[in-house]
Amino acid sequence: MGKLQKHRTPRLALAAAAASALLLTSCGQSDSAPVLTWYINPDDGGQAALAQQCTEEADGAYRINTSLLPNDAPDQREQLARRLAAGDSSLDIMSLDPPFIPELADPGFLAPVPEEVAERTTEDTLEGALAGAMWDDELVAVPFWANTQLLWYRESVAEEAGINMDEPVTWDQLMDVAAEQEKYLGVQGIRAESMTVWVNALMESQEESILVDPSAGAEELETNLDSEAGRRSAEILSRIGEEGLGGPGISSMDENQSMLLFQGDDGSFMVNWPFVWPATNAAAEEGSIDSQIPEDMGWAQYPRVDPDTEAAPPLGGINLAVGAESEHPELAYQAIECVVTPENQAEYFVTNGNPPSSAAAFEDSRVEEGFPMAEAIRDSLDSSAPRPQTPFYNEISESIQGEFTPLSGVDPQTTPAQTDSYIIEVLRGERLL
Amino acid sequence: MTATAENTPGAEPGGRRDRRKDHSPRKSDRAKAEVRLGWMLAGPAFVVMLAVTAYPIAQAVFDSLWSYRLTAPDERSFIFLDNYLLLFTDPMFWRIFGVTLLITIVTVAVELVLGFGLAIVMHKALKSLRGLLRTSILVPYGIITVVSAFAWYYMFHINSGFVNNWFSWVPGIDSELDWFANFGTAISVIMASEIWKTTPFIALLLLAGLAQVPDELVEAARVDGATRWQQYSRVIIPNMKAAIMVALLFRALDAFRVFDNVFIMTGGDANTEVLALLAYRQSISRLEIGLGSAVSVVLFIAVLLMVFIAIKLFNVDLAAGTDASGGGNKKTGAKKGGGK
Repeated sequence: MGKLQKHRTPRLALAAAAASALLLTSCGQSDSAPVLTWYINPDDGGQAALAQQCTEEADGAYRINTSLLPNDAPDQREQLARRLAAGDSSLDIMSLDPPFIPELADPGFLAPVPEEVAERTTEDTLEGALAGAMWDDELVAVPFWANTQLLWYRESVAEEAGINMDEPVTWDQLMDVAAEQEKYLGVQGIRAESMTVWVNALMESQEESILVDPSAGAEELETNLDSEAGRRSAEILSRIGEEGLGGPGISSMDENQSMLLFQGDDGSFMVNWPFVWPATNAAAEEGSIDSQIPEDMGWAQYPRVDPDTEAAPPLGGINLAVGAESEHPELAYQAIECVVTPENQAEYFVTNGNPPSSAAAFEDSRVEEGFPMAEAIRDSLDSSAPRPQTPFYNEISESIQGEFTPLSGVDPQTTPAQTDSYIIEVLRGERLL
Repeated sequence: MTATAENTPGAEPGGRRDRRKDHSPRKSDRAKAEVRLGWMLAGPAFVVMLAVTAYPIAQAVFDSLWSYRLTAPDERSFIFLDNYLLLFTDPMFWRIFGVTLLITIVTVAVELVLGFGLAIVMHKALKSLRGLLRTSILVPYGIITVVSAFAWYYMFHINSGFVNNWFSWVPGIDSELDWFANFGTAISVIMASEIWKTTPFIALLLLAGLAQVPDELVEAARVDGATRWQQYSRVIIPNMKAAIMVALLFRALDAFRVFDNVFIMTGGDANTEVLALLAYRQSISRLEIGLGSAVSVVLFIAVLLMVFIAIKLFNVDLAAGTDASGGGNKKTGAKKGGGK
């Protein structure tokens, strides 16, 4: 999921949701219309606005009310999983983070996507985003928006280092520059979901996956960290940790903190979601950071591990699913179709900073204006790789987070192997997590 | 507890029964009515307590015998004590248990000393100041734990905190110290926050105990030439033993269930995880209802054990320490008599 959820205040979203709810009631619009509840992740009010727009367009066929989920993706998963397991019929539409979809799809908690809806909504969906909405070779959710990380850099730093940022760069290059110029890299060293995002991207950038077969059951699941690719990934993490290249606060460095570090005097390069662009511009306008920083800020594709292998950037975003116990699944899918039109995705990108999953939405003229790096985002989405698509994602992610933090404690020779065996033992019910 | 005092050696059980029989006709009407009234008054609360505590506890015990993942309802299976076996054979569990115990022992010990000091200050304060002093000392206790945890977290945070800046003159503290990255520093902040927050609670219980010590006793000791230290160690503290034990027990039970501070500040990172957080993570994050219930049951049994040890081994009379009417002293005296 995009970092936006963490850094934007939910107050705005709440206010928008409240305002739209008020509007809907005050209009007295089709009071008898079935009410669809859309559980949204916090954003800048975009989903509430879309709910209102689609309610109006439905012309009395249904009414969408929004209900706000917690800030973090894992917390959203907890709430939704508990409600779904309890058979809550109010879960008409849910904004879901891709890695948690298999866990909910596998036990049949999600209503099947009708074939026609699947066809119509995925006509021009970018490859990475589509992969995140699948489970067991079937589309189980409708892609709404897709997120990816870019490499952000301070042009002054890259210039001084003499790196041509038009060409692909590697992690080794970035670490060397940071070490030479005594600058810090903006990376996420906190024990959180972002650590799995990072490890997965490093693995996928070497054309390897964390899981051998993501569809395997708990007893058969095998991980692939104890491999050349796993050790190489650990080497990168370990060097950043040992040499302090991520700054002194690396162990509490999340996406927001690394953006603040990047904006400071010691900033150099940063891997992060696109929310950093509007956020940095806003901070510069407010005067809380140097007004020159947005001009000194460049973007490029996610760094490579191996100079000759294309990077596979992290994939995030939100897909929309319908609860199996929903009383109005057909109407819910109608509403979803309305929400995810390319025009709406483009509008959502421009107003809320969350990139579309539809290729056509990137062609919208408003997108190019608000996000000069839109093309880079699109390219990045095309080459991005999802995190392991398995019902046991939570266990795998938490194990990786535990074993690969703190970064200074990562040993390329032992950490990947330990993580492998730990994950297996946890899944077999032999160890605590 | 006090029953042991009444049950003096030599009194036959049969004799007691007879005595009770003799008394029963005289007391019956009023006593029966009182008993009935008592049940009517306490009954609803008792039923509610059963519904909100006994039922969930029983459910947790039942669930702990199953392998049950919320997102895999079809794979639910009875595994008897396997969850407990997993807990007790995993070194991680014992490490977490140790951390919980460490937090309990250190915080309760420090709080007892500080709380006693505060209680004396409140007790000795001028009458005009007493109200203000009590209120201000109680402020930390009135703050919601999550809020105070956030305050401490931001205070010590490497980026937003001021502690590194203000205390940079202290050896070992500088702008690059990440308090939450290492066990030693992280657990110290967590414990400091706990101590700051709950010392007033102990102080208040100890103040009740202090107020129960008759002034005459202290005065008599003073007349006999006892020093200030002797007055405290020989007269005041022995006379408020019940209050101290109650404060200790209540706080220890509370400290053993510590959750908020750890959850907010480290989320269990840097090996600071505690039992309550382990239960939370298994049940809520992993959705492993069986395993999570097993951890909760173990936590519950540990707490029960602490109460049992306190009551049986240290003779804590839960009613005595909190009874500000002075009955506490009498009961303590009775207990002493009975015990000897």
